[in-house]
Amino acid sequence: MQYLVSVIDDKSNPGSTDRRPAISKFNERLIAEGYWVFAGGLADTDAATVIDNRGEQPVFSDGPFVESKEYLAGVWVWEAPDLDVALKLAAEASKVCDRKIEVRPFQ
Amino acid sequence: MSDVEEAITRVHHDEWARVVATLTRRFGDLDIAEEAAAEAFAAAVERWPADGIPPNPGAWLTTTGHRKAIDRIRRENKRDDKHRQAQMVYDDDPPEPVGAIDDDRLRLIFTCCHPALAMQTRVALTLHMVGGLTVPEIARAFLVRETALERRITRAKAKIKAARIPYRVPSEQDLPARVSGVLAVLYLVFNEGYLATGPDTHPVRHDLTAEAIRLTRLIRSLLPEDGEVAGLLALMLLTEARRTARVSAGGELVALDEQDRGAWDAALIAEGHRLVRERLATRVAPGRYQVLAAISAVHTSARDARDTDWSQILALYDQLARLDPSPIVALNRAIAAAELDGPEVALAAIDRLEGKLAGYHVYHATRADLLRRLGRSQQSRAAYDKAIELAGNTAETAYLTRRRDQLG
Repeated sequence: MQYLVSVIDDKSNPGSTDRRPAISKFNERLIAEGYWVFAGGLADTDAATVIDNRGEQPVFSDGPFVESKEYLAGVWVWEAPDLDVALKLAAEASKVCDRKIEVRPFQ
Repeated sequence: MSDVEEAITRVHHDEWARVVATLTRRFGDLDIAEEAAAEAFAAAVERWPADGIPPNPGAWLTTTGHRKAIDRIRRENKRDDKHRQAQMVYDDDPPEPVGAIDDDRLRLIFTCCHPALAMQTRVALTLHMVGGLTVPEIARAFLVRETALERRITRAKAKIKAARIPYRVPSEQDLPARVSGVLAVLYLVFNEGYLATGPDTHPVRHDLTAEAIRLTRLIRSLLPEDGEVAGLLALMLLTEARRTARVSAGGELVALDEQDRGAWDAALIAEGHRLVRERLATRVAPGRYQVLAAISAVHTSARDARDTDWSQILALYDQLARLDPSPIVALNRAIAAAELDGPEVALAAIDRLEGKLAGYHVYHATRADLLRRLGRSQQSRAAYDKAIELAGNTAETAYLTRRRDQLG
């Protein structure tokens, strides 16, 4: 079972910025234990562009599709046998990243 | 009710959870299991009056349910592959926690009370899947619309499947936290029964208190060595024992010191006391429910309210405050302290809690009572007014109104 694991940051109360070494170490463990599928940190939401080409012409808009205080700061994809395993790892991830984590299963 | 109908009701009570739990493990799907169990009971209603009650009704229901589930899967043959993919994760290993009984019902309970589900969802799902209560019954008990409740249960089952919430007894290491989650669900059901809210609701919902006790007994039979399970059961029994004495014929709350102690249920009290003694004898440090049960045991040991051992109660509240430093525990401790140190000291302690408890009717009711005892009628009246405004239970409102109107 694969889970999308989102790291959620808060613009008004951001998590600490010195987490990189801890996250790298955590990633190494995820790889060693066979949970790691993918990981990536994201640039600021200001760097996002939304494209809508459902009409006649593609429309580009500057910025994220939804402006909010909370935003996606990074993602993982994990392979885990069940939600209990994923939640346990997510609890660690939240400490390691100093941010909230959302766990959502792929279909 | 005929003998057969009575037997079916009894079997439903005793066997529902076991049938659903067994089918869930076999088919890896809560929906299929629940529907097949319901069809099996419907078949019993149809066939038992003519064929007689089978010698082992539980096995008959499980076998029938099994057949119904296979019928359904065949009927929906196209979905079969998808179904197999979406099966719940379970393990056949016996549960690893010491003393746990290997029983699918335990797996069912932990799945329904999973921390990834919202509290209200856990309550609804547990009453429905484990307790066998119908959607209209649960909706009535919690004063919610049937359609909303149905949606809640459907969503929960879909989440369990999609997110792969496992059908499993948690590992030894995770067990205390998970058991405490299960007990929170049962305590909530009990309290909703004991302190039923709503203007047109009967002040005590015996159906809910009885169901909470029944499910707690079930969990105790499956986790016989868990101290907090025993503690919660004792607490419920000692509270339930006072149920009839707690509300007057006129529907008014009767305070503990004014209750007719002869009307308390002696058998429930004896069972509750036995559980408390049993836990004390283990010499294992008690958790929150065990301390609450011990407090209840001290109250119910006094033949007369004047014989209550308040210093013992105060010591137990101190112990409780260390486990659960919440303002509500501090409030109850102050109520006990008032009996030893007088109302003035207690009032000072309670006033310090205002910031946290200003929205809680018991806070104002307690202040009102202490102010009354201190002869400060005007302030007492204002506190009663506030308590009445906030109280949701009809018996409590009636009691508070009378006390207010008795003020000089």
